[in-house]
Amino acid sequence: MSQIDIALKNSNLVRYLPTVIIPAIGDTLKMVLISAVLSIFFGIILGIVLVMTADDGLSPHPVIHGILGKITDIVRSFPMMILIVAIAPITRFFIGTKIGVKAAIFAITLGSTPFATRMTENSLNTVDPQLVKMARSIGASKIQIIFKVMLVEALPTLISNFTIMMINMLNTSAMAGAVGAGGLGAVALTYGYQRFDYLIMYFIVVILIFLVLLIQGIGNKLYKLTK
Amino acid sequence: MIEICKVNKSFKETAVLTDISLTIQDNEIFGLVGPSGVGKSTLLNCLTGLEKYQSGSICIDGVRLEELKELEMRKFRKNMGMIFQNFSLIGRKDIFHNISLPMECWKYPKADIKARVEELAELTGIQDKLKSRPAELSGGQKQRVAIARALTMNPRYLLCDECTSALDPKSTASILELLKSLKKQFEITIIVVTHEMSVVQNLCQKMAILEKGNVSLVGEVQQIFREKPEQLKTLLGDSERKVSITLDVEDLAKCREYLDMQGTKYKITGGY
Repeated sequence: MSQIDIALKNSNLVRYLPTVIIPAIGDTLKMVLISAVLSIFFGIILGIVLVMTADDGLSPHPVIHGILGKITDIVRSFPMMILIVAIAPITRFFIGTKIGVKAAIFAITLGSTPFATRMTENSLNTVDPQLVKMARSIGASKIQIIFKVMLVEALPTLISNFTIMMINMLNTSAMAGAVGAGGLGAVALTYGYQRFDYLIMYFIVVILIFLVLLIQGIGNKLYKLTK
Repeated sequence: MIEICKVNKSFKETAVLTDISLTIQDNEIFGLVGPSGVGKSTLLNCLTGLEKYQSGSICIDGVRLEELKELEMRKFRKNMGMIFQNFSLIGRKDIFHNISLPMECWKYPKADIKARVEELAELTGIQDKLKSRPAELSGGQKQRVAIARALTMNPRYLLCDECTSALDPKSTASILELLKSLKKQFEITIIVVTHEMSVVQNLCQKMAILEKGNVSLVGEVQQIFREKPEQLKTLLGDSERKVSITLDVEDLAKCREYLDMQGTKYKITGGY
């Protein structure tokens, strides 16, 4: 018997592949994609508010800018796992449970939105201020300046920033497995690590690597297309 | 007609414009010159309401800018086309959509936009570039796009902020020709902020020299350059320049002869 056969014999990989691991891939993708869409949506809105209310922004407002900036920083300063545990009561209030995929989507969205906010702010700040001045000089409204000039110009930067974010979210979702989120991370921990079934664990690591490469690849494609 | 009356403008503690007064007549090309940091661009920004001033009054065709509310100001900006040193084109839009941006913002029908953009592209000589991206164009062509964009709303004034400073001499000359022909064709008033004296001499009928946030001299360009008043001399600075050239000894005499003939004062230093 070869080494691989022995490893396979001692492992439950084949047994769990259709019943546990493949559904877990689905769960992970669901967690990452849905919370990415949500946090990008909220992040773009809040990022626009941050940029607009900045001192040199289109409608400076130190109070809103200050409060929003502080909240963003406070949420971001939590380690993701601690945040998920810490907001468990809030999660339970809104979702009805603090474990499972739905709860994880809520927690990851809440944790990633500040990140998406800063990413949006950062991307919009790369837009040449002269372009904003030009847009004002042709009589564009603030909304038009944001949507017809700044977001158009910042789109490639936004895409590459959000690609980084999504890979972060994949990591987070795997880590969230430790606190009841389900998905690939949970399977790697409970079926792999805790049962000394390293084949399952490394198999899941490989899947995660593949997912990271996939997200990065799509991100790079989109970046090139929009650049 | 633009009447600027005792305008004061400061950024926090630093005064940029102090009690500045200036009148610009219709249908002329007016040059605003002065050393950098003297407030030329700031004055131009005040004319389009991009920057607010603390006191004084700017009256354009009978409209007092300081009395306009935000929406009125935005509408008023249709009267003012503006072009910039770095062209300010949107890199991710093609030339057509760069030119059409003002009309899109004011929600014109698509057919009108198309007709107007094509007309202006032809006028500025970029009709074959409409599908290109700005990065594919030369500096001179980019400025033509910016001019076309500034003209979409049929402005009465065209404000040029160092519009040729980033261009090579040949492109500069062609842009200046374009501006002159536009003035003739549309009877618009063009205000040029520049530090290049050749541009003023070439393009403008009247000019104002700004010094420390105020106008130190206003007049006809030709007259000013003929009479060379103190203000112009200060602006041009010490005209003594060092030129280093390599010459054959035999040519030195010829060179002296030439310089004497030109009336240039010179001192030859250096080796053999």
